[in-house]
Amino acid sequence: MRSEPVILGVAFGYLALLFLIAAWGDRRAEQGRSLIGSPNVYALSIAVYCTAWTFYGSVGRAAQFGPSFLLIYLGPTLAMLLAPFVIRKMVRIASAQRITSIADFISARYGKSSSLGALVALIALIGITPYIALQLKAITVSHAVLVNYPEAAELRLADEPFWLDKSFWVALVLAVFIILFGTRHLDASERHEGMVAAIAFESLVKLVAFLSVGVFTVFVLFQGPGDLFARVAATPALAERLGLDAVPGGATGWAGMLVLAFLAFLTLPRQFQVLVVENVDERHLARASWLFPLYLLAINLFVIPIAMAGLLLMGGDADPDSFVLTLPLAAELQGLPLLVFIGGLSAATGMVIVETIALSTMVSNQLVMPLLLRSRRLHLGGRGELAGWLLGIRRVAIVLILLLGYLYHALIGDAYSLVTIGLVSFAAACQFAPAMLIGMFWRGAHRRGAALGLIAGTLVWAWTLLIPGFAQSGWLDAGFLEHGPLGLAWLRPYALFGLEGWDIYTHSLLWSLAANVGLLVGVSLFSRQTPLEQTQAALFTEALHPQLLQSSLWHGQTTRGELGALLDRYLGSAATARVFADAAAGEEEDAAAPASPAQIARAEQALSGALGNASARVLINSVVRGEALDLESILSILDTTSETLEVNRRLEQKSRELARASEELRAANERLRELDRLKDEFVAMVSHELRTPLTSIRAFAEILRDSGELPEEKRRHFLDVVVKESQRLSRLIEEILDLARLESGRLTLNPQRLDLVALTRHSVDAVHHMQEDRGVALEVAIEVEVAPVVGDPDRLEQVVINLLDNAGKFADEAEPRVRLSLVRHKNHYRLAVEDNGPGIAAEERERVFEKFHQIQRPEESPDKRRGRPRGSGLGLPISRGIVAHLGGRLWVEEAPHLGGACLIMELPQAPAQTP
Amino acid sequence: MAKVLVVDDEPNIVLSLEFLMQQAGFEVVTAEDGESALDRVAEGAPDLVLLDISLPGISGFDVLERLRGDPDHARLPIIMLTAHGREVEREKGLALGADDYVTKPFSTQALVEKVKTLLSEVS
Repeated sequence: MRSEPVILGVAFGYLALLFLIAAWGDRRAEQGRSLIGSPNVYALSIAVYCTAWTFYGSVGRAAQFGPSFLLIYLGPTLAMLLAPFVIRKMVRIASAQRITSIADFISARYGKSSSLGALVALIALIGITPYIALQLKAITVSHAVLVNYPEAAELRLADEPFWLDKSFWVALVLAVFIILFGTRHLDASERHEGMVAAIAFESLVKLVAFLSVGVFTVFVLFQGPGDLFARVAATPALAERLGLDAVPGGATGWAGMLVLAFLAFLTLPRQFQVLVVENVDERHLARASWLFPLYLLAINLFVIPIAMAGLLLMGGDADPDSFVLTLPLAAELQGLPLLVFIGGLSAATGMVIVETIALSTMVSNQLVMPLLLRSRRLHLGGRGELAGWLLGIRRVAIVLILLLGYLYHALIGDAYSLVTIGLVSFAAACQFAPAMLIGMFWRGAHRRGAALGLIAGTLVWAWTLLIPGFAQSGWLDAGFLEHGPLGLAWLRPYALFGLEGWDIYTHSLLWSLAANVGLLVGVSLFSRQTPLEQTQAALFTEALHPQLLQSSLWHGQTTRGELGALLDRYLGSAATARVFADAAAGEEEDAAAPASPAQIARAEQALSGALGNASARVLINSVVRGEALDLESILSILDTTSETLEVNRRLEQKSRELARASEELRAANERLRELDRLKDEFVAMVSHELRTPLTSIRAFAEILRDSGELPEEKRRHFLDVVVKESQRLSRLIEEILDLARLESGRLTLNPQRLDLVALTRHSVDAVHHMQEDRGVALEVAIEVEVAPVVGDPDRLEQVVINLLDNAGKFADEAEPRVRLSLVRHKNHYRLAVEDNGPGIAAEERERVFEKFHQIQRPEESPDKRRGRPRGSGLGLPISRGIVAHLGGRLWVEEAPHLGGACLIMELPQAPAQTP
Repeated sequence: MAKVLVVDDEPNIVLSLEFLMQQAGFEVVTAEDGESALDRVAEGAPDLVLLDISLPGISGFDVLERLRGDPDHARLPIIMLTAHGREVEREKGLALGADDYVTKPFSTQALVEKVKTLLSEVS
């Protein structure tokens, strides 16, 4: 039964079974009949917490330090008791923001900071590598024990080339398996239902295997627990070794270990993955909060009995980490050792699978993707190509992470027991706790504080745990452990600042968390958050608030086409369809239609699920224009929870109102000044215009008075001028009054339903004679039978006559032609009057509606202009005012037929008459 | 016989000034804008100019400035006519070297007197 082929066959068979379960889970998920929609599965998947370290190492630690191993499980139990306050909040935030990993979580909390995400990913990579090494070591050692027993399982790592090293091949096989397992899907989303199903199964396997050994030990090797305890009590040295006093570091050691396990349970990447990211239903937490502690109790029940039995039966020099295997082997059993091996394998592979998938997600989303997006070299043309890229990156990351784990194992794995390696990683993961937990409860926590705290905490961790580990493996001169670097005793890694007598983990935890929390809080107090970070901080801290909107509110604009193209490119068409699922039938084809805020938010969430929130924000920003977030509406919901915020908000509002009022005042003042200036200008113009005819009148009146005898013809001519100029004067006064009334809104119009066709014909008749006298050829093209509009007939006639008169004046001198047309345009009528004159330059076209504006005709010789009638410069402004009052428009265009200027009056069609 | 150049863009005002000057015994030439005023001066030097300020194209002020810049016409008597009754314009005209400044509407007798006085001062 213990031959190499049998063991390999069983191991690969077990892996194949896992693969089948995962594939089944994924299939069911695709069919919408989730396999993991049960709180029991959720609780079992959390039990990925129990790794090979638990399976083999707990017995080892119990044999060395008594019940201290229990603290590693009391920490998570405490965390599960607090689940309604902590984990529920994490789950809710993660599902609202489509969080993909703990790095993503921290990055999102601090304003979707990609640099913070990268930092967390990097620390996780460094900190967790030893933990993966631990699992490789456990598999290799357990295999060696199984094959070599009763010979000692000697591993001579450094002496053999790596290709003869079994753990190297274990790492590679696992890499291939995880690639097949975790990155089969083209849909690179954050959830892996198949994986969760397989992990839950693994938890059952390892529990059954461990319980089997326990039952075998207590009830087969001994006659029940009473017998066992009596035998131990008879050996005083043993009894002492298993007492409570055996815990390293005494009372502080107890507390330190409890805190360490509590925090690591929440922050280890794989725990975050199963606990938060893979949670499908928040309500599952309720059962998991007692079922998971129960699981922990069950798997620890036999640890002390097995340790006792091992110490009693196996002799002093046997490796306690292997008691679980060696006890049944010593009893010369065939099946049980194999079951134990499979149990250990399942504990190790479960951890490696989830951890590697979590880390590879971080590497791809937090380290590689942001760089690719930033470098703009990632030109993804086709649909859904990104999914392929992502999976490629993750696959490479998986191989690298496992090789890194192997490297650590090969270089320093021998120097440490299983438990020791695990605790080093625990302490590293704990560095994420301040940024994550404080960020979830204190809105003021700032990105810079989080980053500096993380860096400082990690440096202290490295100095007090990681580097000493290298030293103890002989890779570094261990002298500095005793005397401190450069003889600086206060920097000794195990007694920083002279703190001696603590166990190394509690010591490291204390200093690293002190530095971490101190910097996080201290720096945050003196930093100002960006609006995005404020929003995210509010969304995180108030995540359990029932009225909270669960996503960022987009205020920007983009079209559905642009948004769809982005999603197509990065996620494929299926995801695009989901985002636009709420569009009404037939509407989804309209690419130019604006995307709704909800659609933009869904698009961002979908991208977050695949790429991490920081990259998703970058991509969304690339297509959405305008203000991103509506902070006000988020904060206003939260006011009720925070009085300070309310006061602040009111103050801000008041000062904004004040600023707005003073701005309005300034603008009003400016407007008044401008009006005053315009009024002065107008008065000057009016005075100039009135003086001109008055000058002629007075001059000729005086001439007629003073020059006694004038020829009759001259006298008549001069009198004629006086009369004409007087008429001009009164017309001018009339127009000025019209204009004043128009501008003050006191022009009394008498709007009534009338026929524009009849009115136009009437106006044409009125100017007909005058035009004929000037030799103007007038062409009239009325294309409608009747044109009902609402207007004041006298005023409208004034406008039409004015237009015809103007056209006559500006038509070609030699052969003046004017054309009037009346057509229907949609539900308006357009009356156009054009001439064959020189036209009006485009930039001059609006200026002709300014008061007293005189159209210059510089190309005309002065002689030609003599005798040509001059306008007052008020006709067009008045006409435009009247038309505007009647709900129409008046503007200038180039004449379509005659090539000169064309003035167009547009009036709305009168509503149909009710009989 | 002294020659008077009348410059104004209002035909009826030109007509009245032409009549008044002829009646006072002067030869009259007319112009409707600044450009042609300068042409008339170049064609045959007038003895006095009645110059309106607001002219199409180059203004009366421009014409005044150019004539004063030319040594031949530096001392040519020029009376400015304007429909703007603003003090600043009067000062500007006098500063640019106009001999007198008349606001429209003007007294015909006073204007004819001014012309006569200026012409006698020159001769």
